[in-house]
Amino acid sequence: MTTELATLPNLMPALPEILLAVGAMVLLMLGAFGGSKTSQVVNGLAVAVLIIAGAILLLSSGGTVTTFNDAFIQDPFARLMKVLVLIGSGFSLAMSVGYTQEEKFDRFEYPVLVLLATVGMMLMLSANDMIAVYLGLELQSLTLYVLSSFKRDSAKATEAGLKYFVLGALSSGMLLYGMSLVYGFTGQTSFVGIAEAVHVEGAGIGVIFGLVFILAGLTFKISAVPFHMWTPDVYEGAPTPVTAFLAAAPKVAAMGLIVRVVMTAFDPMDLQWQQVITFVSILSMVLGAFAAIGQRNIKRLMAYSSISHMGYALVGLAAGSSAGVVGVIVYLITYLAMTLGTFAAIMSMRRRDGMVERIDDLAGLSRNDLPMAVLLGVLMFSLAGIPWMGGFIGKWFVFSAAIEAGLYPLAIIGVLASVVGAFYYLRIVKIMFFDDPAPVFERPANELRLVLVISGLFMASMVFYVSPIRTVAELAANSFF
Amino acid sequence: MSDWPLLSTVVFLPLVGAMMILLVKGDTAIARRNITNVALWTTVVTFLISLLILSQFDSSNAGFQMQETADWLGGSIAYRMGVDGISILFVILTTALMPAAIYASRNSIQKRVKEYMIAFLVLETMMIGVFCALDLVLFYLFFEAGLIPMFLIIGIWGGQNRVYASFKFFLYTLAGSVLMLLAVMAMYWDAGTTDIVTLLAHPFSPQMQTWLWLAFFASFAVKMPMWPVHTWLPDAHVQAPTAGSVILAGVLLKMGGYGFLRFSLPMFPIASDMFAPLVYTLSVIAIIYTSLVALAQQDIKKLIAYSSVAHMGYVTMGVFSMTQQGVQGGIFQMISHGIVSGALFLCVGVVYDRMHTREISAYGGLVNRMPVFATLFMIFTMANVGLPGTSGFIGEFLTIIGVFQVNTWVALFAATGVILSASYALWLYRRIIFGKLEKESLKGILDMDIREKTILVPLAVLTILFGFYPAPIQNVTAVAVENLINNYQAALSAADKLALLAQ
Repeated sequence: MTTELATLPNLMPALPEILLAVGAMVLLMLGAFGGSKTSQVVNGLAVAVLIIAGAILLLSSGGTVTTFNDAFIQDPFARLMKVLVLIGSGFSLAMSVGYTQEEKFDRFEYPVLVLLATVGMMLMLSANDMIAVYLGLELQSLTLYVLSSFKRDSAKATEAGLKYFVLGALSSGMLLYGMSLVYGFTGQTSFVGIAEAVHVEGAGIGVIFGLVFILAGLTFKISAVPFHMWTPDVYEGAPTPVTAFLAAAPKVAAMGLIVRVVMTAFDPMDLQWQQVITFVSILSMVLGAFAAIGQRNIKRLMAYSSISHMGYALVGLAAGSSAGVVGVIVYLITYLAMTLGTFAAIMSMRRRDGMVERIDDLAGLSRNDLPMAVLLGVLMFSLAGIPWMGGFIGKWFVFSAAIEAGLYPLAIIGVLASVVGAFYYLRIVKIMFFDDPAPVFERPANELRLVLVISGLFMASMVFYVSPIRTVAELAANSFF
Repeated sequence: MSDWPLLSTVVFLPLVGAMMILLVKGDTAIARRNITNVALWTTVVTFLISLLILSQFDSSNAGFQMQETADWLGGSIAYRMGVDGISILFVILTTALMPAAIYASRNSIQKRVKEYMIAFLVLETMMIGVFCALDLVLFYLFFEAGLIPMFLIIGIWGGQNRVYASFKFFLYTLAGSVLMLLAVMAMYWDAGTTDIVTLLAHPFSPQMQTWLWLAFFASFAVKMPMWPVHTWLPDAHVQAPTAGSVILAGVLLKMGGYGFLRFSLPMFPIASDMFAPLVYTLSVIAIIYTSLVALAQQDIKKLIAYSSVAHMGYVTMGVFSMTQQGVQGGIFQMISHGIVSGALFLCVGVVYDRMHTREISAYGGLVNRMPVFATLFMIFTMANVGLPGTSGFIGEFLTIIGVFQVNTWVALFAATGVILSASYALWLYRRIIFGKLEKESLKGILDMDIREKTILVPLAVLTILFGFYPAPIQNVTAVAVENLINNYQAALSAADKLALLAQ
């Protein structure tokens, strides 16, 4: 043991994470000594660090490597998901530039915290051991709690942060309890070890209990029903750039983590976890669809929308097959693009006297700002999963995986829930295109418009290049098969 | 030239036109005129190219022609196009009705002309794509994507209650279609491909056929629409602008019938045979019940909408009889109804543009001021009734003959619909056209102008031409339908043999 500690572990696979962590600390120093004037510089540098980390990931070789006593794994799946997370974080940071100036939000801690959260998410995606899972998850969660209540003087933001923290702590407790049960019954914390132990000894009741608690803790992070209670309040209360960030990258990371945990550690127990995932998936799709109908605040609406989208992504996972993992990955790609684009539009909803976030404020947008209305309309149809838009492609992959696996009730409930869900997306289209115009918005910042254009065009044209996306997703999914 | 992908050209040409319109700047009268002209010319050229396709089409060949293939989704899901004797006429119907629809909108649409024309051109691409697609996923993509422009057309340029109608239209159709989507996936995993040509030859197990048939039925029955899921149609028709109604009645309703012919019958013959009585029952209910409902309507468009549901009842009945006359009659009825109901909605548009009401009671005695209109409206009303000598007769007659060979009771009940359709249509005609011109508001009404005549006269000519000489349509469909029926009967007898062996 001493010899192992004496020699430094191979750090190369974790280079992007190390870069981000070091970068975050350097930027913290820069901000602390430079004062609040440096916040724009810090923000720009943070985006640069994220881009460099992404470039390293893309350029690194395609194989599977492990380090830190196999607690850290870098495989095609982890690489792809990390790139998605970096895209999510990078775009969220870039989108906040204009907002921070307008809303007196320009504090250098914000980009630093986003960087730290990103490190946590990347660790989650590379975790190959329960301890590593917990470390990554907590690093991510603690920074997110702080970010949610970043506007200290706003009662809503403070409430959001507190709620998120209390419920998050509860879910961490459940996760830890599950891990300790699994450890107690298998004597292992590494994923490979757990899988072997379960394979040899069979899935005892203790391990099943552990599995359920672990899944409860993890599904909290993707805000799947019945662990979704925090989502609407946090989405509404947190400052909008933070909400955009919360909705995008952490969801991708947590979903990737769940995929890895069930596909490697609990691979021999697929019958057990499939039940849990199916149950959670159905509840999320249905509740997300129905609860969103009554919403008047667009951020709350997006909260319920993200709940149901996590349900759809879980449909692919419930299939438990290679096609299912491909479905989850493609779904996350579309989800990320749609979420970033929609939040870019939400952050563009600014009148002279400040931000507005009621859905009715979008009234008659097609008359005031046709390009924005069309792009947001594309995203709404895409979120509803109407063909020709990218959202349909994601749904195609997850549901066809469910059909292949014979999960007919799940698939039927899912598509019917998507029809219910289509109603509230259509209502936004209706408000933008059919209603009489409300007062015009201020001219949105260029970066917001750019993000909206990129994601809108991506969703409208995705049908033309599904093939390469599918190839990449299959390559990543092969990490488990 | 023979290698040129004609079908893709026809499908995507309207999209090119839409992009050109996107480039037109400003909202002046000149800009609006330019936009309308671009849209009109795009649809006319599309129509001409589709005629070129028809001229190159070999009607003695039962298979798919002018096939195109390109890689698309990976796996075995590809971009495949092709037409056969069943689908080609729907392509022509679509491309022929579009110029009429666009031209009819020239004066009636004043606000947001640019978006309007773009929506229509996108819709045309989707509609033609539905009839040309030879890949299930591609078909589904076109089938569903057409909802978006139609939703916007009803919702933005519609009447008083447009929001309700557009939502009802969208959600009804979507709810039916998502079940078909699951069936498409199940077929993909069973057959390993979504190539329609391969799927036509792929034997699905009888149990699976039942479920697949029901899933497809959910979608096509809503689209058709069949009783009892027809209630979205009257709302959509009444609220949609004239051109929207024309396309809705003329083309979108035909997608359901086309779907039955392309998928349900040839791919799931055993289930189709099993469910034929259900389809007959629903068709007969549709014919009688919706005709009676049509009698009670106060709104011209609603009346025509209900009569459309009744006429679609003949189509489903004829198609599921699986006799040569029944199926060919069903296709003929769809084409004829596309022309006639489209023309009827255009006629309603003519008076609506002048009076801005669709209430039957607001009219009366129009023949005194509008003799040309009265003549044309009469031709289309007679075709709607199914008077011999008009295209409406051929379709109804053939479908009833077809179903008579299978089930005389169905034919009997369906024939009563002919009488009922005469009562509501003639009564409507009397209330609007005949009588004394007493209403003050009608005293100054003008007869049709050149533009309106240009639209309606060709349709009237076609209605009478096909009534006396249906051969152009029948010749194209004959071989393909014969092939369809032979394969169907072969599949059924093979299943019977299998059942005997199992005993």
